[in-house]
Amino acid sequence: MPDTAIQVQEVTKRYGDRTVLDKIKLDVFQGETLVILGGSGSGKSTLLRLMTGNVKPDGGEITSLGKALSKMTDGELAAYRKTIGVLFQSGALFNSMSVADNVALPLREHTDLAEETIDIMVKIKLELVGLREHADKMPAELSGGMKKRAGLARAIALDPQILFYDEPSAGLDPVTSAEIDQLIIDLNKKLGVTSVVVTHEMDSAFRIADRMVLLDRGKFIVSGTADEMKHSKDPLVRQFVHGLTEGPLTARRRGGAYVDDLLGGD
Amino acid sequence: MTNAGPFRTIVAFLEFVGGLTQLLARTLALAPAALLSKRGRRLGWHNLWQQMDRVGVKSVPIVLLVLFCIGAILSFQMAPILREYGKLDSVADVISVAIFRELGPLISAIVLTGFAGASIAAEVGTMVVSEEIEALEAHAINPVRFLVVPRVLATTVMTVCIAILGDVAGVAGGLTVSAGFLGLSPVQYWTHTFSVLQLRDFVTGLVKAGVFGLLISGLACHLGLRVTGGAQGVGTATTRTVVYTIVALIFVDLLFTGVFYYLGF
Repeated sequence: MPDTAIQVQEVTKRYGDRTVLDKIKLDVFQGETLVILGGSGSGKSTLLRLMTGNVKPDGGEITSLGKALSKMTDGELAAYRKTIGVLFQSGALFNSMSVADNVALPLREHTDLAEETIDIMVKIKLELVGLREHADKMPAELSGGMKKRAGLARAIALDPQILFYDEPSAGLDPVTSAEIDQLIIDLNKKLGVTSVVVTHEMDSAFRIADRMVLLDRGKFIVSGTADEMKHSKDPLVRQFVHGLTEGPLTARRRGGAYVDDLLGGD
Repeated sequence: MTNAGPFRTIVAFLEFVGGLTQLLARTLALAPAALLSKRGRRLGWHNLWQQMDRVGVKSVPIVLLVLFCIGAILSFQMAPILREYGKLDSVADVISVAIFRELGPLISAIVLTGFAGASIAAEVGTMVVSEEIEALEAHAINPVRFLVVPRVLATTVMTVCIAILGDVAGVAGGLTVSAGFLGLSPVQYWTHTFSVLQLRDFVTGLVKAGVFGLLISGLACHLGLRVTGGAQGVGTATTRTVVYTIVALIFVDLLFTGVFYYLGF
Protein backbone atom coordinates (compact mmCIF):
# COMPACT_ATOMS: atom_id res chain seq x y z
CA MET A 1 0.00 0.00 0.00
CA PRO A 2 1.82 3.19 -1.15
CA ASP A 3 2.18 6.14 1.21
CA THR A 4 -0.33 8.96 0.93
CA ALA A 5 1.12 12.38 0.21
CA ILE A 6 -2.18 14.26 0.33
CA GLN A 7 -5.52 13.25 1.81
CA VAL A 8 -8.62 15.20 0.87
CA GLN A 9 -11.29 14.35 3.43
CA GLU A 10 -14.92 15.38 2.76
CA VAL A 11 -13.85 18.85 1.60
CA THR A 12 -16.52 21.44 0.83
CA LYS A 13 -15.95 24.97 -0.47
CA ARG A 14 -18.54 27.66 -1.06
CA TYR A 15 -18.30 31.08 -2.68
CA GLY A 16 -21.36 32.99 -1.56
CA ASP A 17 -24.28 30.63 -2.17
CA ARG A 18 -22.44 28.67 -4.85
CA THR A 19 -21.09 25.31 -3.71
CA VAL A 20 -17.92 24.91 -5.75
CA LEU A 21 -16.78 21.66 -4.13
CA ASP A 22 -19.10 19.20 -2.42
CA LYS A 23 -17.69 16.66 0.05
CA ILE A 24 -14.71 15.71 -2.12
CA LYS A 25 -12.78 12.69 -0.97
CA LEU A 26 -9.56 11.57 -2.64
CA ASP A 27 -6.00 10.50 -1.93
CA VAL A 28 -2.80 11.41 -3.71
CA PHE A 29 -0.14 8.73 -3.39
CA GLN A 30 3.53 9.46 -2.88
CA GLY A 31 5.50 9.65 -6.12
CA GLU A 32 2.54 9.34 -8.48
CA THR A 33 1.27 11.72 -11.14
CA LEU A 34 -2.40 12.33 -10.45
CA VAL A 35 -4.43 14.18 -13.06
CA ILE A 36 -7.56 16.02 -11.92
CA LEU A 37 -10.00 16.24 -14.82
CA GLY A 38 -13.10 18.30 -15.23
CA GLY A 39 -14.80 20.88 -17.38
CA SER A 40 -15.00 24.58 -16.52
CA GLY A 41 -16.77 25.12 -13.25
CA SER A 42 -16.07 21.58 -12.07
CA GLY A 43 -14.08 22.97 -9.13
CA LYS A 44 -10.75 21.48 -10.12
CA SER A 45 -8.79 24.75 -9.89
CA THR A 46 -10.34 25.43 -6.50
CA LEU A 47 -9.30 21.96 -5.36
CA LEU A 48 -5.75 22.74 -6.43
CA ARG A 49 -5.75 25.99 -4.47
CA LEU A 50 -7.04 24.14 -1.42
CA MET A 51 -4.16 21.65 -1.67
CA THR A 52 -1.54 24.42 -1.95
CA GLY A 53 -2.95 26.13 1.13
CA ASN A 54 -3.96 29.26 -0.80
CA VAL A 55 -7.59 28.83 0.15
CA LYS A 56 -9.19 27.25 3.22
CA PRO A 57 -12.07 24.76 3.00
CA ASP A 58 -15.47 25.50 4.50
CA GLY A 59 -15.90 21.89 5.52
CA GLY A 60 -13.67 18.84 5.79
CA GLU A 61 -9.90 18.79 5.94
CA ILE A 62 -6.87 18.43 3.70
CA THR A 63 -3.87 16.66 5.14
CA SER A 64 -0.69 17.17 3.15
CA LEU A 65 2.70 15.67 3.99
CA GLY A 66 1.27 14.58 7.31
CA LYS A 67 -0.15 17.93 8.47
CA ALA A 68 -3.68 19.35 8.40
CA LEU A 69 -3.61 22.47 6.25
CA SER A 70 -6.46 24.46 7.77
CA LYS A 71 -5.00 24.07 11.26
CA MET A 72 -1.63 25.53 10.29
CA THR A 73 -0.36 28.79 11.70
CA ASP A 74 1.04 31.34 9.27
CA GLY A 75 4.55 30.14 10.05
CA GLU A 76 3.64 26.50 9.44
CA LEU A 77 1.89 27.42 6.20
CA ALA A 78 4.99 29.28 5.02
CA ALA A 79 7.11 26.24 5.88
CA TYR A 80 4.67 23.98 3.99
CA ARG A 81 4.81 26.22 0.92
CA LYS A 82 8.58 25.85 0.82
CA THR A 83 8.13 22.09 0.39
CA ILE A 84 5.77 22.38 -2.57
CA GLY A 85 6.05 23.97 -6.01
CA VAL A 86 3.27 25.46 -8.12
CA LEU A 87 3.23 26.07 -11.86
CA PHE A 88 0.55 28.65 -12.61
CA GLN A 89 -1.43 28.73 -15.82
CA SER A 90 0.51 31.60 -17.38
CA GLY A 91 3.78 30.76 -15.65
CA ALA A 92 3.29 33.82 -13.41
CA LEU A 93 6.89 34.95 -13.84
CA PHE A 94 7.84 38.21 -12.15
CA ASN A 95 7.96 40.52 -15.14
CA SER A 96 10.50 42.95 -13.74
CA MET A 97 13.15 40.22 -13.27
CA SER A 98 15.15 38.07 -15.66
CA VAL A 99 14.57 34.32 -15.88
CA ALA A 100 17.62 33.63 -13.73
CA ASP A 101 16.50 36.13 -11.08
CA ASN A 102 13.03 34.59 -11.09
CA VAL A 103 14.46 31.13 -10.39
CA ALA A 104 16.90 32.55 -7.83
CA LEU A 105 14.23 34.41 -5.88
CA PRO A 106 13.10 31.54 -3.61
CA LEU A 107 16.75 30.69 -2.96
CA ARG A 108 17.64 34.29 -2.10
CA GLU A 109 14.58 34.71 0.12
CA HIS A 110 14.65 31.44 2.00
CA THR A 111 18.27 30.31 2.21
CA ASP A 112 21.57 31.73 3.39
CA LEU A 113 23.45 30.37 0.39
CA ALA A 114 26.13 32.53 -1.16
CA GLU A 115 25.44 34.18 -4.50
CA GLU A 116 27.90 31.88 -6.31
CA THR A 117 26.12 28.80 -4.97
CA ILE A 118 22.74 30.21 -5.95
CA ASP A 119 24.11 30.89 -9.44
CA ILE A 120 25.06 27.23 -9.83
CA MET A 121 21.72 25.99 -8.53
CA VAL A 122 19.86 28.29 -10.92
CA LYS A 123 21.86 26.87 -13.83
CA ILE A 124 21.04 23.32 -12.71
CA LYS A 125 17.31 24.03 -12.50
CA LEU A 126 17.30 25.81 -15.87
CA GLU A 127 19.17 22.90 -17.43
CA LEU A 128 16.53 20.49 -16.08
CA VAL A 129 13.82 22.40 -17.94
CA GLY A 130 15.95 23.11 -21.01
CA LEU A 131 16.27 26.89 -20.61
CA ARG A 132 19.90 27.34 -19.58
CA GLU A 133 20.79 29.53 -22.63
CA HIS A 134 17.90 31.89 -21.89
CA ALA A 135 18.85 32.68 -18.29
CA ASP A 136 19.28 36.41 -18.87
CA LYS A 137 16.14 36.99 -20.92
CA MET A 138 13.22 38.97 -19.51
CA PRO A 139 9.81 37.24 -19.36
CA ALA A 140 8.42 39.52 -22.08
CA GLU A 141 10.97 38.04 -24.50
CA LEU A 142 9.85 34.45 -23.94
CA SER A 143 7.34 32.35 -25.86
CA GLY A 144 4.43 30.71 -24.04
CA GLY A 145 6.20 27.37 -23.75
CA MET A 146 9.38 28.99 -22.47
CA LYS A 147 7.44 30.93 -19.86
CA LYS A 148 6.02 27.70 -18.50
CA ARG A 149 9.45 26.10 -18.42
CA ALA A 150 10.82 29.12 -16.54
CA GLY A 151 7.90 29.00 -14.11
CA LEU A 152 8.62 25.31 -13.61
CA ALA A 153 12.31 25.95 -12.95
CA ARG A 154 11.28 28.44 -10.28
CA ALA A 155 8.78 25.98 -8.81
CA ILE A 156 11.53 23.36 -8.32
CA ALA A 157 14.09 25.87 -6.98
CA LEU A 158 13.77 24.60 -3.40
CA ASP A 159 13.51 20.90 -4.35
CA PRO A 160 9.85 20.47 -3.43
CA GLN A 161 8.19 17.18 -2.52
CA ILE A 162 4.95 17.90 -4.35
CA LEU A 163 4.49 19.77 -7.64
CA PHE A 164 1.15 21.29 -8.60
CA TYR A 165 0.41 22.14 -12.23
CA ASP A 166 -2.54 24.41 -13.08
CA GLU A 167 -3.57 23.69 -16.69
CA PRO A 168 -0.01 23.29 -18.01
CA SER A 169 -1.16 22.92 -21.64
CA ALA A 170 -3.27 26.08 -21.65
CA GLY A 171 -2.46 28.29 -24.62
CA LEU A 172 0.14 25.95 -26.11
CA ASP A 173 0.27 24.36 -29.54
CA PRO A 174 0.13 20.53 -29.62
CA VAL A 175 3.89 20.07 -30.07
CA THR A 176 4.87 22.42 -27.23
CA SER A 177 2.15 20.88 -25.11
CA ALA A 178 3.66 17.44 -25.70
CA GLU A 179 7.10 18.79 -24.79
CA ILE A 180 5.79 20.17 -21.50
CA ASP A 181 4.08 16.86 -20.81
CA GLN A 182 7.38 15.05 -21.33
CA LEU A 183 9.00 17.51 -18.95
CA ILE A 184 6.37 16.73 -16.32
CA ILE A 185 7.05 13.00 -16.73
CA ASP A 186 10.83 13.47 -16.62
CA LEU A 187 10.75 15.64 -13.52
CA ASN A 188 8.45 13.21 -11.77
CA LYS A 189 10.99 10.43 -12.42
CA LYS A 190 14.22 12.39 -11.89
CA LEU A 191 13.17 14.27 -8.77
CA GLY A 192 10.93 11.61 -7.28
CA VAL A 193 8.23 14.21 -6.62
CA THR A 194 4.50 13.69 -6.32
CA SER A 195 2.72 15.54 -9.14
CA VAL A 196 -0.84 16.84 -9.14
CA VAL A 197 -1.93 18.13 -12.55
CA VAL A 198 -5.19 19.95 -13.22
CA THR A 199 -6.20 19.84 -16.86
CA HIS A 200 -9.03 19.24 -19.28
CA GLU A 201 -6.82 18.19 -22.18
CA MET A 202 -7.33 14.44 -22.52
CA ASP A 203 -4.27 13.90 -24.75
CA SER A 204 -2.01 15.35 -22.07
CA ALA A 205 -3.83 13.48 -19.33
CA PHE A 206 -3.34 10.10 -21.00
CA ARG A 207 0.33 10.87 -21.62
CA ILE A 208 1.28 11.79 -18.10
CA ALA A 209 -1.20 10.25 -15.65
CA ASP A 210 -0.64 7.32 -13.34
CA ARG A 211 -4.16 7.86 -12.05
CA MET A 212 -6.98 10.22 -12.96
CA VAL A 213 -9.81 11.77 -11.02
CA LEU A 214 -12.92 13.21 -12.69
CA LEU A 215 -14.83 16.07 -11.10
CA ASP A 216 -18.12 17.44 -12.30
CA ARG A 217 -19.92 20.45 -10.83
CA GLY A 218 -18.00 20.19 -7.59
CA LYS A 219 -18.62 16.49 -7.08
CA PHE A 220 -16.22 13.58 -7.23
CA ILE A 221 -17.34 11.27 -10.00
CA VAL A 222 -14.74 8.56 -10.37
CA SER A 223 -11.03 7.83 -10.13
CA GLY A 224 -8.87 5.17 -11.74
CA THR A 225 -5.87 4.44 -13.89
CA ALA A 226 -5.71 5.78 -17.45
CA ASP A 227 -6.82 2.39 -18.79
CA GLU A 228 -9.77 2.13 -16.41
CA MET A 229 -10.96 5.60 -17.41
CA LYS A 230 -10.59 4.85 -21.12
CA HIS A 231 -12.71 1.73 -20.87
CA SER A 232 -15.29 3.03 -18.42
CA LYS A 233 -18.93 2.27 -19.19
CA ASP A 234 -20.29 5.28 -17.21
CA PRO A 235 -21.91 7.64 -19.78
CA LEU A 236 -20.63 10.85 -18.14
CA VAL A 237 -17.07 9.54 -17.89
CA ARG A 238 -17.24 8.25 -21.47
CA GLN A 239 -18.45 11.61 -22.81
CA PHE A 240 -15.67 13.55 -21.09
CA VAL A 241 -12.82 11.12 -21.69
CA HIS A 242 -13.59 10.60 -25.35
CA GLY A 243 -14.76 14.16 -26.09
CA LEU A 244 -18.18 13.07 -27.36
CA THR A 245 -20.74 15.67 -28.41
CA GLU A 246 -23.70 13.63 -27.13
CA GLY A 247 -24.03 12.61 -23.53
CA PRO A 248 -25.16 13.61 -20.02
CA LEU A 249 -23.00 16.76 -19.98
CA THR A 250 -24.57 18.31 -23.08
CA ALA A 251 -28.08 17.01 -22.40
CA ARG A 252 -28.42 18.94 -19.17
CA ARG A 253 -27.19 22.09 -20.83
CA ARG A 254 -29.99 22.03 -23.36
CA GLY A 255 -32.74 21.40 -20.82
CA GLY A 256 -35.81 22.23 -22.96
CA ALA A 257 -36.07 25.88 -21.98
CA TYR A 258 -35.30 26.85 -25.59
CA VAL A 259 -38.78 26.13 -26.96
CA ASP A 260 -40.48 27.98 -24.12
CA ASP A 261 -38.14 30.92 -24.58
CA LEU A 262 -38.91 31.09 -28.33
CA LEU A 263 -42.66 30.90 -27.89
CA GLY A 264 -42.63 33.52 -25.15
CA GLY A 265 -43.88 31.25 -22.35
CA ASP A 266 -45.34 33.19 -19.41
CA MET B 1 -35.11 52.24 1.95
CA THR B 2 -34.13 55.75 0.87
CA ASN B 3 -31.39 55.89 3.51
CA ALA B 4 -29.73 52.76 2.18
CA GLY B 5 -27.76 54.62 -0.53
CA PRO B 6 -25.84 57.15 1.55
CA PHE B 7 -25.57 54.72 4.47
CA ARG B 8 -23.96 52.08 2.29
CA THR B 9 -21.59 54.69 0.86
CA ILE B 10 -20.46 55.67 4.35
CA VAL B 11 -19.94 52.05 5.33
CA ALA B 12 -17.99 51.41 2.11
CA PHE B 13 -15.88 54.50 2.77
CA LEU B 14 -15.09 53.44 6.33
CA GLU B 15 -14.23 49.93 5.14
CA PHE B 16 -11.90 51.40 2.52
CA VAL B 17 -10.13 53.69 5.00
CA GLY B 18 -9.90 50.78 7.44
CA GLY B 19 -8.33 48.56 4.79
CA LEU B 20 -5.86 51.27 3.81
CA THR B 21 -4.88 51.89 7.44
CA GLN B 22 -4.39 48.17 7.94
CA LEU B 23 -2.13 47.97 4.90
CA LEU B 24 -0.02 50.93 6.03
CA ALA B 25 0.22 49.50 9.55
CA ARG B 26 1.40 46.12 8.21
CA THR B 27 3.85 47.89 5.92
CA LEU B 28 5.42 49.90 8.72
CA ALA B 29 5.52 46.79 10.94
CA LEU B 30 7.33 44.78 8.25
CA ALA B 31 9.69 47.55 7.17
CA PRO B 32 12.46 46.88 9.74
CA ALA B 33 12.47 43.16 8.90
CA ALA B 34 12.57 43.89 5.19
CA LEU B 35 15.68 46.02 5.50
CA LEU B 36 17.51 44.83 8.57
CA SER B 37 17.00 41.08 8.90
CA LYS B 38 19.87 38.99 7.58
CA ARG B 39 18.04 37.47 4.63
CA GLY B 40 15.79 40.43 3.90
CA ARG B 41 18.73 42.76 3.60
CA ARG B 42 19.94 41.20 0.36
CA LEU B 43 16.83 42.04 -1.61
CA GLY B 44 15.25 44.67 0.61
CA TRP B 45 17.80 47.40 -0.14
CA HIS B 46 18.05 46.52 -3.82
CA ASN B 47 14.27 46.81 -4.18
CA LEU B 48 14.31 50.05 -2.22
CA TRP B 49 16.94 51.74 -4.43
CA GLN B 50 15.13 50.57 -7.54
CA GLN B 51 11.88 52.10 -6.32
CA MET B 52 13.50 55.34 -5.26
CA ASP B 53 14.97 55.75 -8.71
CA ARG B 54 11.68 54.97 -10.39
CA VAL B 55 9.62 57.23 -8.14
CA GLY B 56 11.91 60.16 -7.54
CA VAL B 57 14.68 60.63 -10.00
CA LYS B 58 12.49 60.77 -13.09
CA SER B 59 10.03 63.26 -11.63
CA VAL B 60 12.59 65.89 -10.60
CA PRO B 61 12.62 67.93 -13.84
CA ILE B 62 8.84 68.25 -13.88
CA VAL B 63 8.62 69.26 -10.23
CA LEU B 64 11.34 71.88 -10.71
CA LEU B 65 9.56 73.31 -13.73
CA VAL B 66 6.12 73.34 -12.10
CA LEU B 67 7.28 74.90 -8.83
CA PHE B 68 9.37 77.48 -10.69
CA CYS B 69 6.23 78.55 -12.55
CA ILE B 70 4.21 78.65 -9.34
CA GLY B 71 6.77 80.88 -7.66
CA ALA B 72 6.64 83.15 -10.71
CA ILE B 73 2.83 83.17 -10.71
CA LEU B 74 2.71 84.04 -7.01
CA SER B 75 5.09 86.89 -7.65
CA PHE B 76 2.90 88.38 -10.38
CA GLN B 77 -0.28 87.91 -8.35
CA MET B 78 0.98 89.35 -5.08
CA ALA B 79 2.78 92.35 -6.57
CA PRO B 80 -0.22 94.67 -7.27
CA ILE B 81 -1.76 94.05 -3.82
CA LEU B 82 1.47 94.57 -1.94
CA ARG B 83 2.35 97.64 -4.03
CA GLU B 84 -0.96 99.22 -2.90
CA TYR B 85 0.08 98.77 0.72
CA GLY B 86 3.56 100.08 -0.07
CA LYS B 87 5.09 96.75 0.88
CA LEU B 88 6.33 95.47 -2.46
CA ASP B 89 9.61 94.20 -1.00
CA SER B 90 7.60 91.84 1.20
CA VAL B 91 6.72 89.79 -1.86
CA ALA B 92 9.70 87.55 -1.11
CA ASP B 93 8.48 86.89 2.43
CA VAL B 94 5.04 85.90 1.24
CA ILE B 95 6.36 83.63 -1.47
CA SER B 96 8.84 81.87 0.80
CA VAL B 97 6.25 81.09 3.48
CA ALA B 98 3.67 79.98 0.93
CA ILE B 99 6.13 77.75 -0.89
CA PHE B 100 7.90 76.19 2.08
CA ARG B 101 4.82 75.61 4.19
CA GLU B 102 2.30 74.71 1.54
CA LEU B 103 2.88 74.77 -2.18
CA GLY B 104 6.26 73.06 -2.25
CA PRO B 105 5.03 69.89 -0.49
CA LEU B 106 1.54 69.90 -1.99
CA ILE B 107 2.43 70.48 -5.63
CA SER B 108 5.33 68.03 -5.41
CA ALA B 109 2.93 65.47 -4.03
CA ILE B 110 0.42 66.11 -6.81
CA VAL B 111 3.10 65.66 -9.48
CA LEU B 112 4.22 62.46 -7.77
CA THR B 113 0.65 61.18 -7.74
CA GLY B 114 1.08 60.79 -11.46
CA PHE B 115 4.65 59.50 -11.48
CA ALA B 116 4.47 57.27 -8.45
CA GLY B 117 0.83 56.74 -7.61
CA ALA B 118 -0.61 55.88 -11.00
CA SER B 119 2.47 53.91 -11.99
CA ILE B 120 2.53 51.82 -8.79
CA ALA B 121 -1.20 51.12 -8.94
CA ALA B 122 -0.94 49.97 -12.56
CA GLU B 123 2.09 47.83 -11.85
CA VAL B 124 0.67 46.12 -8.76
CA GLY B 125 -2.74 45.71 -10.40
CA THR B 126 -1.15 44.03 -13.42
CA MET B 127 0.72 41.68 -11.09
CA VAL B 128 -2.57 40.67 -9.49
CA VAL B 129 -4.12 39.93 -12.88
CA SER B 130 -1.15 37.88 -14.09
CA GLU B 131 -1.13 35.75 -10.90
CA GLU B 132 2.28 37.11 -9.82
CA ILE B 133 0.94 38.00 -6.36
CA GLU B 134 -0.41 34.45 -5.97
CA ALA B 135 2.97 33.15 -7.13
CA LEU B 136 4.72 35.19 -4.42
CA GLU B 137 2.40 33.71 -1.79
CA ALA B 138 2.95 30.22 -3.20
CA HIS B 139 6.67 30.76 -2.59
CA ALA B 140 5.98 31.83 1.01
CA ILE B 141 7.04 35.40 0.18
CA ASN B 142 4.85 38.02 1.84
CA PRO B 143 3.66 40.39 -0.94
CA VAL B 144 3.38 43.30 1.51
CA ARG B 145 6.97 42.88 2.63
CA PHE B 146 8.30 42.27 -0.88
CA LEU B 147 6.32 44.79 -2.92
CA VAL B 148 4.57 47.30 -0.69
CA VAL B 149 7.34 48.09 1.82
CA PRO B 150 9.96 49.27 -0.74
CA ARG B 151 7.36 51.27 -2.65
CA VAL B 152 5.95 53.01 0.41
CA LEU B 153 9.34 53.76 1.94
CA ALA B 154 10.76 54.97 -1.37
CA THR B 155 7.79 57.23 -2.10
CA THR B 156 7.78 58.72 1.39
CA VAL B 157 11.50 59.51 1.32
CA MET B 158 11.43 60.81 -2.24
CA THR B 159 8.39 63.05 -1.61
CA VAL B 160 10.33 64.76 1.17
CA CYS B 161 13.47 65.13 -1.00
CA ILE B 162 11.50 66.39 -3.95
CA ALA B 163 9.60 68.85 -1.75
CA ILE B 164 12.95 70.36 -0.77
CA LEU B 165 14.00 70.67 -4.40
CA GLY B 166 10.57 72.10 -5.20
CA ASP B 167 10.94 74.69 -2.45
CA VAL B 168 14.19 75.90 -3.99
CA ALA B 169 12.64 76.02 -7.47
CA GLY B 170 9.66 77.99 -6.16
CA VAL B 171 11.88 80.59 -4.55
CA ALA B 172 13.90 80.78 -7.77
CA GLY B 173 10.71 81.36 -9.79
CA GLY B 174 9.64 84.18 -7.49
CA LEU B 175 13.15 85.65 -7.67
CA THR B 176 13.18 85.62 -11.46
CA VAL B 177 9.91 87.48 -11.80
CA SER B 178 10.60 89.90 -8.96
CA ALA B 179 14.03 90.83 -10.27
CA GLY B 180 13.12 90.64 -13.94
CA PHE B 181 9.72 92.32 -13.98
CA LEU B 182 8.94 93.96 -10.67
CA GLY B 183 12.13 95.90 -10.22
CA LEU B 184 13.30 94.31 -6.99
CA SER B 185 16.96 93.59 -6.56
CA PRO B 186 17.91 89.91 -6.30
CA VAL B 187 19.88 90.56 -3.14
CA GLN B 188 16.86 92.22 -1.54
CA TYR B 189 14.67 89.31 -2.56
CA TRP B 190 17.10 86.80 -1.14
CA THR B 191 17.39 88.55 2.25
CA HIS B 192 13.65 88.94 2.52
CA THR B 193 13.11 85.27 1.70
CA PHE B 194 14.90 84.25 4.87
CA SER B 195 13.93 87.17 7.10
CA VAL B 196 10.46 85.89 7.88
CA LEU B 197 11.05 82.20 7.23
CA GLN B 198 11.56 80.11 10.33
CA LEU B 199 12.80 76.56 10.83
CA ARG B 200 9.29 75.46 11.73
CA ASP B 201 7.97 76.61 8.35
CA PHE B 202 10.51 74.36 6.67
CA VAL B 203 9.90 71.43 9.01
CA THR B 204 6.10 71.50 8.94
CA GLY B 205 6.31 71.48 5.15
CA LEU B 206 8.52 68.41 5.19
CA VAL B 207 6.36 66.59 7.73
CA LYS B 208 3.41 67.15 5.43
CA ALA B 209 5.49 65.95 2.48
CA GLY B 210 6.27 62.72 4.32
CA VAL B 211 2.63 62.09 5.12
CA PHE B 212 1.69 62.86 1.51
CA GLY B 213 4.21 60.29 0.35
CA LEU B 214 2.66 57.67 2.63
CA LEU B 215 -0.78 58.49 1.27
CA ILE B 216 0.25 58.35 -2.37
CA SER B 217 1.96 54.98 -2.15
CA GLY B 218 -0.47 53.52 0.40
CA LEU B 219 -3.47 54.28 -1.78
CA ALA B 220 -1.70 53.07 -4.93
CA CYS B 221 -0.75 49.73 -3.37
CA HIS B 222 -4.12 49.27 -1.66
CA LEU B 223 -6.09 49.90 -4.85
CA GLY B 224 -3.63 47.90 -6.95
CA LEU B 225 -3.84 44.85 -4.70
CA ARG B 226 -7.63 44.85 -4.83
CA VAL B 227 -7.87 44.79 -8.63
CA THR B 228 -10.36 42.38 -10.14
CA GLY B 229 -11.45 41.92 -13.72
CA GLY B 230 -8.38 41.96 -15.92
CA ALA B 231 -7.04 44.91 -17.87
CA GLN B 232 -10.16 46.98 -17.36
CA GLY B 233 -9.79 46.54 -13.60
CA VAL B 234 -6.22 47.80 -13.78
CA GLY B 235 -7.36 50.89 -15.67
CA THR B 236 -10.10 51.58 -13.12
CA ALA B 237 -7.67 51.15 -10.24
CA THR B 238 -5.17 53.53 -11.81
CA THR B 239 -7.76 56.24 -12.42
CA ARG B 240 -9.19 55.81 -8.93
CA THR B 241 -5.73 56.06 -7.41
CA VAL B 242 -5.09 59.45 -8.99
CA VAL B 243 -8.50 60.85 -8.09
CA TYR B 244 -8.66 59.47 -4.53
CA THR B 245 -5.07 60.52 -3.86
CA ILE B 246 -5.54 64.11 -4.94
CA VAL B 247 -8.67 64.45 -2.83
CA ALA B 248 -6.99 62.77 0.13
CA LEU B 249 -3.91 64.97 -0.21
CA ILE B 250 -5.91 68.19 -0.08
CA PHE B 251 -8.02 66.92 2.79
CA VAL B 252 -5.04 65.79 4.85
CA ASP B 253 -3.30 69.06 4.02
CA LEU B 254 -6.25 70.98 5.44
CA LEU B 255 -6.17 68.79 8.55
CA PHE B 256 -2.48 69.29 9.17
CA THR B 257 -2.58 72.99 8.41
CA GLY B 258 -5.43 73.48 10.88
CA VAL B 259 -3.64 71.46 13.55
CA PHE B 260 -0.38 73.34 13.02
CA TYR B 261 -2.28 76.60 13.24
CA TYR B 262 -3.77 75.69 16.58
CA LEU B 263 -0.52 74.35 17.94
CA GLY B 264 1.17 77.58 16.96
CA PHE B 265 3.53 75.89 14.51
